[in-house]
Amino acid sequence: MRNKDTHLSIRILALLLLGLALAGCGPQTAQTDAGGVSATIQNKGSDTIVNLALAWAERYQTLEPDVRIAVTGGGSGTGIAALINGTVDLANASRQIKTEEVEEARANGIEPVEFVIARDAIAVIVHPDNPVDKLTLQQISDIYSGKITNWQEVGGEDRPIVLLSRETNSGTHVYFLEEVIRLGESDNKTLFSLDTLLLPSSEGIGVEVRQNPNAIGYDGLGYVTPDMKTIAVSRGPEQPYYSPTAETVNTGQYPIARDLYMYTAGEPQGQIKAYLEWILSPAAQEIVLELGFVPVTAEGETP
Amino acid sequence: MTNEHEGQQKRSLSWVEFLIERAIQVSGISAIILVVLIFLFLIKEGTPTFLEIPLSSLFAARWYPIEEYYGLLPLILGSLIITIGAAVVSLPLGLATAIFIAEIAPEWVRDILKPFVEVLAGIPSVVIGFIGMLVFAPLIRVALDIPTGLTAFTGVLLLAWMALPTVVSVAEDVLDAVPKTYRDAGLALGMTRWQVIWRIVLPAGRSGVLMALMLGVGRAIGETMTVMMVTGNAARIPLGLRDFFMPVRTMTATIAAEMGEVAQGSPHYHVLFAVGLTLFVITFAVNMAAASVVFRQVKRAERMLS
Repeated sequence: MRNKDTHLSIRILALLLLGLALAGCGPQTAQTDAGGVSATIQNKGSDTIVNLALAWAERYQTLEPDVRIAVTGGGSGTGIAALINGTVDLANASRQIKTEEVEEARANGIEPVEFVIARDAIAVIVHPDNPVDKLTLQQISDIYSGKITNWQEVGGEDRPIVLLSRETNSGTHVYFLEEVIRLGESDNKTLFSLDTLLLPSSEGIGVEVRQNPNAIGYDGLGYVTPDMKTIAVSRGPEQPYYSPTAETVNTGQYPIARDLYMYTAGEPQGQIKAYLEWILSPAAQEIVLELGFVPVTAEGETP
Repeated sequence: MTNEHEGQQKRSLSWVEFLIERAIQVSGISAIILVVLIFLFLIKEGTPTFLEIPLSSLFAARWYPIEEYYGLLPLILGSLIITIGAAVVSLPLGLATAIFIAEIAPEWVRDILKPFVEVLAGIPSVVIGFIGMLVFAPLIRVALDIPTGLTAFTGVLLLAWMALPTVVSVAEDVLDAVPKTYRDAGLALGMTRWQVIWRIVLPAGRSGVLMALMLGVGRAIGETMTVMMVTGNAARIPLGLRDFFMPVRTMTATIAAEMGEVAQGSPHYHVLFAVGLTLFVITFAVNMAAASVVFRQVKRAERMLS
């Protein structure tokens, strides 16, 4: 036992020393960036993707020990802004790049190239005892805008509906507002009902949904646990209902799903190209599934 | 101080004493400077709001800044209802605890109780919020048969719990400071123990008790994490008693939840500082009111004694 312990501590020490040595190398490797043979990949952007990006970076660094990948969050806009300014190699985004942003980048001499690296579905969740198990997008919109206030109106028990939402700073909140409450119509100005509870974390929504049979909430598929019930959603009353699963998201059947992106400055070269190819490989896409996102099935889904 | 005394002091002043005096002076003044600087900073960042956003929109009923709805009323009223509620709950509880500790409990009970009350003050607010979210909210929802347990009421209970140590320790110190001769006089006149507490000790320490309440209120109005976790943060205007059992959104929770993502210099950024400024002004007014009442009472007591 003790032998093992000392062995471990020596390994930790060695790792620390290695870390120090590498930190010392930092500026040097940054300089070699210009030459095209980069050993450090700067990766920044969406908070939705940050855990996934970190998991990828960790795994990739065990496979390719001489490549360093620095991952930071900050939001999709932050990542894209950094790409425009030329301070990152890879920008993560949970939304597509805007035309203004593309123009800004071109003005800086950078051509953003888009890669769909995973998909994210937003599950509508209720208490497991709630008899309601399917809703149309229109019904969800009416519930969240306060037009429907009792579960009876959508085939449930006579209970008031308690609306749960993420805070307004969450990308998921904005996506849900635009694609579900406003049904994707750009001239639709419907808002969340004033009675909507804005919870600061996914955990807050989970706790409330698990214990309160009146509650309805939404969150990324990755945050759904077996002790909540996901609602099957359809695009209209006449159309089929689909539960959020990897399969229905990938076929595009489940209506509340979005693509997750990485952007590079120009066609990726060298290490960045190798990293992106690896990300789209089945081995890396397995990690996507582990973190609760939906893998992209076809390899190299580049538009 | 008389002139003669001052002269004596001056002569005995060594440079060490001079330095110590200056150091104390600087630390004393730095508190004032800090408050003034914070106030100036809030004004600098908050006042652009009043140029960017029309007043009518600031006093509207909806707060949804990502779509440019900047109504502050739900937030201000939300903070007020929570703070007043917490004061109403924590004052009698805190005062009763303080009276028990200072007047009634035997020595050994006091020795156990006092440290425990002080430990209560050290519990991080996020822990209290977590307990509130997992334990209190479900209990309150079932017990009161309301749609959700994440309500103003839940926030009030937890805040009262958090303000309790402040109220208890200040009130207890005040009761302790009431001279023993007052009590002895009362008892000698044949008063019961309760009469002594209610008629003599409490009135004698009245200004200090008020101070305890105000410090508790200060703790309650500024509290963020717990409130953000248990009050549901729905920006609706609380008006009636019924709204006490509905979600509310406070000023502090709004700043904490939204400041992280906001673009610096945007109207949303400025309006969040305006919210902070409002909070500052309210706290300042509460403290001033408390201080003036205490001051007036002290003067009255002096007049009566002279």
